[in-house]
Amino acid sequence: MRTHLLEAPVAEGWKEEVVPVEVRLPTVLRPHAGGQTIVSARGATIGEVLADLTHSYPAMAGQLLTDDGTLHRFVNVYVNDDDVRYLDKLDTKVAEGDTVSILPAVAGG
Amino acid sequence: MLRLPTQVRTQILGHCLSGLPDEACGLIAGDFAAGQVSRCFPTRNMAASSKLYTVDPREHLHAELEAEKLGLEIIGVFHSHTHTDAYPSNTDVERASTPLSDPRWHYVLVSLRDPRPVLRSYRIVDGQVSEEPVVEIDEPR
Repeated sequence: MRTHLLEAPVAEGWKEEVVPVEVRLPTVLRPHAGGQTIVSARGATIGEVLADLTHSYPAMAGQLLTDDGTLHRFVNVYVNDDDVRYLDKLDTKVAEGDTVSILPAVAGG
Repeated sequence: MLRLPTQVRTQILGHCLSGLPDEACGLIAGDFAAGQVSRCFPTRNMAASSKLYTVDPREHLHAELEAEKLGLEIIGVFHSHTHTDAYPSNTDVERASTPLSDPRWHYVLVSLRDPRPVLRSYRIVDGQVSEEPVVEIDEPR
């Protein structure tokens, strides 16, 4: 079950701020959002934003997430101009107005 | 069919040659419906390998944003094979078949095996490779 992305880590005396962000969708996910390139989502971290996104658009989950709820291997996620794998991955914090971009990894041999 | 302006073809070949001894890669932008390339975005091969390529994701993001500003779509990717044919490898086919791979994409292969580079284009849909003609045109749209 993909529960861990839906759990907001809350420690005593400390609360993460859930903020609205823009999510830029890769082309193959846009049909699930009525053709929109950019949709809104909310969260305190990238993990929460993606959980909110797949909650709003459940059809996206299968293409974004693996069976154990982690981000698919060949997906790149950026917060503004920064790759989250070099920040805190799914725990990367987001600020209000950030643009989260989801892109396919383009590679071969 | 892929309509490719001569100027863009030259840029693709130039980027591939300048990437030697490694594979080079980049994105092509234009219009899916017309099968037409307007420009390319040469990118860094993050794998820095003569056998593998990975388009730098940040450059991919920048290319997406720039293409959007220009009213273009990213319609595919080009990369070079330094010692083998201009035909998609098994790795190329696998990586064209991920959950976020766009089935409309054109896959341009450039072989640098022989003194004269060879450029071919393919569609890869449901793991099936089919070559498409590349029609050289004079000007980008």
